[in-house]
Amino acid sequence: MADEPAGRVLRGVGVSPGRGAGVVVRVTDAVPEPPADLAPTGDPDAETDRALAALEAVAADLEERGNQAGGDAQEVLEAQAMMARDPGLAGELRRRTGEGAAAARAVFDAFRRYREALAGAGDYLAARLADLDDVRDRAVARLLGVPAPGVPTLTEESVVVGRDLAPADTALLDPKLVAGLVTEEGGPTSHTAILSRALGVPAVVACVGATEIRAGAVALVDGSTGEVVVDPPESEVTAARASAADRRTARASAPASTGPGRLSDGTPVALLANVGGPKDVALAVEAGAEGVGLFRTELAFLDRGTAPSEDEQTTLYAEVLAGFPDQRVVARVLDAGADKPLPFLRRRTEPNPALGVRGLRALFDEPELLATQLRALVRAAEQTSARLELMAPMVAEVSEARDFAAACRAAGFDGPVGVMVEVPAAAVRAGDLLTAMDFVSLGTNDLAQYLFAADRQIGALARLQDPWQPALLDVVSLTAEAATSRGKTCGVCGEAAADPALACVLVGLGVVSLSAGAAALPAVRAALAAHDLDQCRQAAQAARSAVDAGAARTAATALLPGLDGRTG
Amino acid sequence: MVERTVDVPEGVGLHARPAALFVKAATAAGVPVTVEKPGGEPADARSILAVLSLDVRGGDQVVLRTDGGDAVLDDLEQVISESGDSHG
Repeated sequence: MADEPAGRVLRGVGVSPGRGAGVVVRVTDAVPEPPADLAPTGDPDAETDRALAALEAVAADLEERGNQAGGDAQEVLEAQAMMARDPGLAGELRRRTGEGAAAARAVFDAFRRYREALAGAGDYLAARLADLDDVRDRAVARLLGVPAPGVPTLTEESVVVGRDLAPADTALLDPKLVAGLVTEEGGPTSHTAILSRALGVPAVVACVGATEIRAGAVALVDGSTGEVVVDPPESEVTAARASAADRRTARASAPASTGPGRLSDGTPVALLANVGGPKDVALAVEAGAEGVGLFRTELAFLDRGTAPSEDEQTTLYAEVLAGFPDQRVVARVLDAGADKPLPFLRRRTEPNPALGVRGLRALFDEPELLATQLRALVRAAEQTSARLELMAPMVAEVSEARDFAAACRAAGFDGPVGVMVEVPAAAVRAGDLLTAMDFVSLGTNDLAQYLFAADRQIGALARLQDPWQPALLDVVSLTAEAATSRGKTCGVCGEAAADPALACVLVGLGVVSLSAGAAALPAVRAALAAHDLDQCRQAAQAARSAVDAGAARTAATALLPGLDGRTG
Repeated sequence: MVERTVDVPEGVGLHARPAALFVKAATAAGVPVTVEKPGGEPADARSILAVLSLDVRGGDQVVLRTDGGDAVLDDLEQVISESGDSHG
């Protein structure tokens, strides 16, 4: 262990390992509301001109960002530019400047009318509401002469600090200049966490006090321990920078380390990718995935008012399967959840949707929808050489597993059938489930949510979502042992599999396949190749002997040379 | 003044991408066009904010009005009818 750092130390949850140091750059997340009595600087016409000029500048800036980002981001940014140039908004604006309002206040109030209308439509327009607020804040910031929301352009190695990071903030981040990410909110499955692992940048989330770190200070981020040191001693900064440089070099050479996943003693560990649709296939193949451990079939249909036809589903599934000739593809049937409702499923008003009729429960309520999807998957598999496996989400007891297997057979499927283990009851009685199933796959994000009664979307509960929690590791162990003793397989397809050190621990607990976002695979492959089964088992034992997540991580990484996030 | 009632196909409705396409088409028409839900207040079809505020969903009906003639409404009806195919 290194000496205790001399600077001020903040603590959060480390979600992307490694150390980095740089100058703090603050994400501006709150543009102040202009005071109602803000004095206009000119006559009404002059105020109108200023306001319209600011909106036009915002529109042009959003279009330019769209051109740079491309893809889906471009569509969102162009729609935002249309909002800034909206003729109805301009009319509202004129009315208010005519009544003597200053430009900034007039813009703020003109947006308010539409804001209320959009907010009234509920969740359906929530994303547009956020877009609208962003346009308003950008225009108001220009008029008040304060920084625009989002991440300023980076000019040197920086630690980006904010309340939380939105996809729009991060679309244009230059990974070469990001030494670390620190957020006050967010959890291990937040956008920031997923992005930082994809970029290979150390990150700490749920870090209390982060938003009080002053811009321009030097900060050191340790994404392994969750420590953030403000104004650290120079020697620590030098060491962290060297560590970051090593990590970049390792990452740059990582694509060469393709091939099947295995430990240093040759023990095979299948390295699979999580995909959401055809657009993810190329990255997965490039990262050397040995197949797909979790095909989230619902992601292509989240915005659909009616269920996609069997033919349309077949085409989409075949596109994904075609990317993995002769390899495993585990397709999870439609998983409508609290955080991702499917509009074509029956709408339910439930006080607690995470504990409601979701996942397989919802599909059993609409058996024709399930049957159609299973037939489409079978037909898609017949068109390609991929080895299809079918998996059900949100299974709690063996009768559900049996019914799912029966539905698969009825659709003409004769390959392996399994279930996700997300509900603690399913983990505790995994042996029962395996009497009806060929495999189980641990969805560690939901499993942690249910095990700790801690909503995955609430940043304040992030420490309970930490996949290093010993209780979660105990449940993983229980499930893996149940599979091993019956000659069946237990995999992990949650974000836990993306953490190289934790990947070794999971293997030590008896997990035989790991599925994660494609970007995480090279680092996980390298970590597995550097350790043998004995080391993984000892690290797993050490982690389970710890009393909390931080201690588990420290104890395990101490036994996994090269994965302690420090150089040497 | 011509008027037409159009069925919005099942799908996302006039949200997200279809809303942007609809507003672009109405702006390109070069003449004022209004859109409303039957019995509701007319909204400027060239205003993305007004169109989103209508909260038109798949399966709803909308009434289009313009002085620009039937050709303008033909174009807009087509944009609406294609919204059911949109993936976002």
